[in-house]
Amino acid sequence: MPFKILEKFQIVPTIHQMMINAPKIARKAKPGQFIILRINETGERIPLTIADFDREKGTVTTIFMEVGKTTKQLSTLNAGDSLQDFVGPLGNPSKIEPADKVVCVGGGVGVAPIYPIARAHKAIGNKVVSIIGARSAELLLWEDKMKDVSDELYITTDDGTKGHHGFVTDVLKDLLEGDEPISSVISIGPAIMMRTVAGVTHPFGVKTIVSLNSIMVDGTGMCGACRVLVGGETKFACVDGPEFNAHEVDFTLLMNRLMMYRDEEQQALENYKCERKGCNC
Amino acid sequence: MQLLERQDMARQDPKKRRSNFDEVALGYSHEQAQKEASRCIQCKKPSCVPGCPVGIDIPAFIKSIAEDDMDGAIRELKSMNALPAICGRVCPQETQCEEVCVLGRKGEPVAIGRLERYASDHEQGTMEKRGIEQPETTGKKVAVVGSGPAGLTAAAELAKMGHSVTLFEALHKAGGVLVYGIPEFRLPKSIVQSEVEYVESLGVDIQLDTVIGKLETVDELLDEYDAVFLGTGAGLPVFMGIDGENLNGVYSANEFLTRVNLMKAYQFPDYDTPVKRGQRVVVVGGGNVAMDSARCAVRLGANEVTIVYRRGEDEMPARNEEIENAREEGVKFKLLSNPTRILGNESNWVTQLECLNMELCEPDESGRCRPVPLEASEHLIDVDVVIIAIGTSPNPLIPMTTTGLETSKWGTIIADEDGLSSKQAVYGGGDVVTGSATVISAMGAGKTAAAAIDRYLNSKEL
Ligand SMILES: Cc1cc2nc3c(=O)[nH]c(=O)nc-3n(C[C@H](O)[C@H](O)[C@H](O)COP(=O)(O)OP(=O)(O)OC[C@H]3O[C@@H](n4cnc5c(N)ncnc54)[C@H](O)[C@@H]3O)c2cc1C
Ligand SMILES: Cc1cc2nc3c(=O)[nH]c(=O)nc-3n(C[C@H](O)[C@H](O)[C@H](O)COP(=O)(O)OP(=O)(O)OC[C@H]3O[C@@H](n4cnc5c(N)ncnc54)[C@H](O)[C@@H]3O)c2cc1C
Ligand code: SF4
Ligand code: SF4
Ligand code: FES
Repeated sequence: MPFKILEKFQIVPTIHQMMINAPKIARKAKPGQFIILRINETGERIPLTIADFDREKGTVTTIFMEVGKTTKQLSTLNAGDSLQDFVGPLGNPSKIEPADKVVCVGGGVGVAPIYPIARAHKAIGNKVVSIIGARSAELLLWEDKMKDVSDELYITTDDGTKGHHGFVTDVLKDLLEGDEPISSVISIGPAIMMRTVAGVTHPFGVKTIVSLNSIMVDGTGMCGACRVLVGGETKFACVDGPEFNAHEVDFTLLMNRLMMYRDEEQQALENYKCERKGCNC
Repeated sequence: MQLLERQDMARQDPKKRRSNFDEVALGYSHEQAQKEASRCIQCKKPSCVPGCPVGIDIPAFIKSIAEDDMDGAIRELKSMNALPAICGRVCPQETQCEEVCVLGRKGEPVAIGRLERYASDHEQGTMEKRGIEQPETTGKKVAVVGSGPAGLTAAAELAKMGHSVTLFEALHKAGGVLVYGIPEFRLPKSIVQSEVEYVESLGVDIQLDTVIGKLETVDELLDEYDAVFLGTGAGLPVFMGIDGENLNGVYSANEFLTRVNLMKAYQFPDYDTPVKRGQRVVVVGGGNVAMDSARCAVRLGANEVTIVYRRGEDEMPARNEEIENAREEGVKFKLLSNPTRILGNESNWVTQLECLNMELCEPDESGRCRPVPLEASEHLIDVDVVIIAIGTSPNPLIPMTTTGLETSKWGTIIADEDGLSSKQAVYGGGDVVTGSATVISAMGAGKTAAAAIDRYLNSKEL
């Protein structure tokens, strides 16, 4: 059952937007959930968060960053091509509950999955304050979309080329120290960023949710590859999460487990680059 | 009549097979099959048949082989068992049909499984597809969830009864444990594939990549289908709950086997999915799953693979044949030993396993001897990969998302002898009802439930 790519383009260098024809998934998708895809018969199963969906048109949009073999190969596909497998919606949806003020923090490619969550909060009338960050202005994505669904939007770049010169957590800290109480913070981005967010909000006792990106295989609770430690208990991120209480997450373990296949990933990537160049090394 | 000896089946040389994933058991030659078939004395009241959970007419199919009527043999097998090429390979015959064969009383039983395999492989070789009679359609729709042996059998049976069947599978390949768990060298995937194709040829619509409970709930399926069969297996890995289980290099057997078999990590980097190739591998557990994991680890190039099991060899639930195969391939057995802790280095990689020696005491409620730790017997073994194969339980995804579906405290779906659950029009069978069991018992359950579903659908009409 191949899944057709309807649209695919680079939003910012190395980050791509891809819209897939998947009417059944679109019908069920909720913010916070993810899909698992496989490009072809020899491919790996990789999870990507659902960044947007259109129930009427029957489409699911994902945003991915080129980091290794599979995402690089994915970046070479175009509208009209197909993916062999596209499974979802997986994981639990975000809890979208009435609140006074919700802060959405997205870093790097994590801005995309934070978008439908921000939109859902806005839709039920919550005040949404968003902080989005990137290494550099040219890598910042979905600023306009985030603006549309946020009451306030802050931008940060590591190199100061746009918005606040620094990290998303700098702005978050200012907001936490401000007068207006914050009901909850939700953060998606690199593990290191989510850990810092957790560290910043902890002293303020503000409820903080993060979406964990542990290595997955099946995504249905069958293998345990995705296990994470939350509140001292082992959880499977694919079925118990991917969202968890940030203050209980063992980020060191998460980051260590993400490194598990570093050697193999390097090898796969080098092979792939060779293949594409057509050399015989 | 002169009694022939049971025919041995050729196997790949242990030294060679240590480094390939090709099938280990090579099957009978024509001559061997003829000889073995002639050993069956064609009992009037065959004691072997009740030993088979699906009630194959064993003497009849063996007679056909003896008469070189392979079509007849296959017809006989397929009338009771949709997947004979698989059962002939993986059934625990020594505790089923062959255990009760009369010849076994004085000597060795007829090699029923090997003959079953021979007949089915013959058919695969000729690639002749049986002429399938299209039954009259009933207009009734049944959804089958899970494409393991239970689901495949239920789907095939229901299709043969003329119902319109859709089979939903969460993974990207149909076959359940047959494709993600049992390795290629024990059950070639091409065989599973052709059995799946057979089920499809009966008119079953197989929808892969479909996680029921997520994409659609069982309640939603019931809006569209007249009945639902749940054959979702017992796929949730159980961990030991000891320190260090989340270290890098510690796998559940499910993850390890899924990477190796379903994702073909043994062909990395031709296939993209990686698996850690350990040098010193420990597998914890004593069942078929543990043997399969250990033997995969050998083939991935480990120097030393050790099975750590807390009871003795007699208590190991794995098939004798597989224990022997593992031993021939160099797998070591550390019996009466139980892991208590896994130790790692600063970058979270597993380095050592701490074990306690055990002693067997009086049998427990399961009839097996209860292992008791020997005090102060802790010791460390060096490892770089640990595979936990101590069991699985049913995935809670479907019970959690289905109204009125009762489960036991082990998470299994409660069903009556027909497979009917606590919910009207919802049936279940296989590992999801019994907990981890066997391929053939799952098929038996699929078949029983299919018959019950058929009766239910017919009564609904009245
Ligand atoms: C629930 C979830 C949602 C995600 N959503 C997004 C998203 O929306 N956009 C995005 O760009 N990325 C997302 N990721 C990460 C994405 O899955 C990985 O970047 C991708 O798998 C890398 O594959 P690769 O072959 O290109 O790189 P590799 O070279 O194989 O790996 C690079 C790094 O990616 C991680 N990774 C590798 N394999 C997997 C795997 N099977 N599952 C998870 N992580 C893996 C590891 O940390 C690894 O070091 C998500 C991950 C999870 C678990
Ligand atoms: C490694 C290993 C070796 C074994 N060796 C032997 C052996 O030698 N002999 C023997 O007789 N038995 C053996 N067994 C046991 C045997 O394989 C099982 O008892 C049998 O496969 C159970 O069949 P099943 O149809 O109930 O479930 P499974 O084979 O587990 O199939 C269940 C299927 O349902 C799918 N599924 C689950 N949830 C959902 C959902 N929500 N939506 C859609 N699909 C879903 C799963 O992906 C899976 O494909 C072994 C088991 C393992 C793990
Ligand atoms: S299906 Fe299994 S139990 Fe039945 S006859 Fe064949 S090998 Fe024996
Ligand atoms: S019990 Fe043994 S000898 Fe008798 S019919 Fe069955 S297989 Fe043949
Ligand atoms: S990815 Fe396999 S259990 Fe979560």
